[in-house]
Amino acid sequence: MADMMTVRLKVNGVEHEGRCEPRKLLVDFIREDLGLTGTHVGCEHGICGACTILFNGEAARSCIMLAVQAEGAELATVEGLMRDGKLHPLQEAFREHHGLQCGFCTPGMLMTALDFLRTNPTPSEREIREGISAVLCRCTGYQGIVNAVRAAAPVLAAGR
Amino acid sequence: MKPPKFEYHAPTSLDEALDALGRYGGDAKVLAGGQSLMPLLNFRLARPAALVDLNRVASLAYIREQDGQVRLGAMTRQRTIEFSPLVAQRLPLLKEATRWVGHLPIRTRGTIGGSIAHADPSAEYPAVLAALEGEVVARGARGERVIRAADLFQTYLTTSLAPDEILTEVRLPAMPAGAGYALEEFSRRHGDFAIVGIAAVVVRAGQRCTMARLATAGAGPVPVRLRAAEEILETEGLGEAAIDAAARRATELVDPDADIHASADYRRHLAGVLTKRALTRAIGVARG
Ligand SMILES: Cc1cc2nc3c(=O)[nH]c(=O)nc-3n(C[C@H](O)[C@H](O)[C@H](O)COP(=O)(O)OP(=O)(O)OC[C@H]3O[C@@H](n4cnc5c(N)ncnc54)[C@H](O)[C@@H]3O)c2cc1C
Repeated sequence: MADMMTVRLKVNGVEHEGRCEPRKLLVDFIREDLGLTGTHVGCEHGICGACTILFNGEAARSCIMLAVQAEGAELATVEGLMRDGKLHPLQEAFREHHGLQCGFCTPGMLMTALDFLRTNPTPSEREIREGISAVLCRCTGYQGIVNAVRAAAPVLAAGR
Repeated sequence: MKPPKFEYHAPTSLDEALDALGRYGGDAKVLAGGQSLMPLLNFRLARPAALVDLNRVASLAYIREQDGQVRLGAMTRQRTIEFSPLVAQRLPLLKEATRWVGHLPIRTRGTIGGSIAHADPSAEYPAVLAALEGEVVARGARGERVIRAADLFQTYLTTSLAPDEILTEVRLPAMPAGAGYALEEFSRRHGDFAIVGIAAVVVRAGQRCTMARLATAGAGPVPVRLRAAEEILETEGLGEAAIDAAARRATELVDPDADIHASADYRRHLAGVLTKRALTRAIGVARG
């Protein structure tokens, strides 16, 4: 196809290259072309937050970005959180505090919470609620997620 | 849900961007943060022949002070504004408004130029532009022009920008030191678009008010300056009776429409309630 474009990017520290049409959404590129299906597709218009990733270190919705916009970018997805076979402290906190049930929103919830805690390392409960309101969860009623983020905050701050 | 086909341009300078835009005679769209345009493309409510992506035009992202104004490049992200010390100091109303704009992962991408060019009637930045009597700079094939807030917003999602013009800069007069300010809004959930929002600025000298500004979001097709309500404060001062009178006047000055979120009457009611809240808080933090 004439209008295919090359995209070179780093995901979770690994270099990737792919070719796609300009209209390909970044989330579809991550899932279909790179095979990283941890990032979920939900509403596809920026509301639900399931597709949230880190784009050059900041949380962003990958369903309302184009893959071609990621040329030269560094992405982090949920697959990059585990280290040496061990859960990331934020994942550990989600498990400990029942921050997930079906798991559909979890990748987006984790990536959003990471950027939230990076920019607000000692949040109040109200701020946590506001921070995670960026992602919709239909299972937990949010309390477990709030507890998990609160518990993870000092652990992440100490590791920084 | 996938966007329709389009040609894609990612220029690195404003001139290249204007060139690219000009080639499509109004059929191309500028892509800024994409937080409003991409959903429209995904739903295929927008079907432009081409997208001109401004994300690589580095010269459009800055915040600086000049001639008593704070000037923000159109591609300045909402998240950058949220953390800018200059904005905190000179435009505390803009900082406060930013925390109401969507959510963290929206603000990392969304831009001030996009928020204003998109002209969503419920958006916070257009209300701030109106309240502070700001202006925007637009560049097109015929050169550059400056558009005042009052001349920019035409109706729902419509501005006086021509299709081949790019909004390059937003200019907001620095707020007087000690000015009180507040943005109050009501939405179902923090981060959702406002059902109604009110931006307020007051400059006080004791119980007297030397300047009052009130502007709406969500209470009509464009942000509305509530001039007659402002005048009540400027003539009667900042006492409770004047605040109540201004809030009552606000309900008469707005002409909201009904939609699935709220009836026109409810919006009118909110305009009064939020005017009172915003003024009370603004007066509380005003020095002078
Ligand atoms: C879940 C969600 C919640 C949101 N909540 C809010 C909210 O509460 N309040 C709020 O204000 N906004 C909200 N938004 C919208 C968000 O603030 C957008 O960022 C903003 O409306 C558009 O800015 P953008 O940079 O993303 O522009 P884009 O989406 O890229 O563009 C929007 C429109 O403006 C045009 N445009 C953009 N930049 C320029 C320019 N420099 N010159 C000429 N034309 C230009 C585009 O062509 C397009 O038509 C929300 C969005 C989402 C997805």
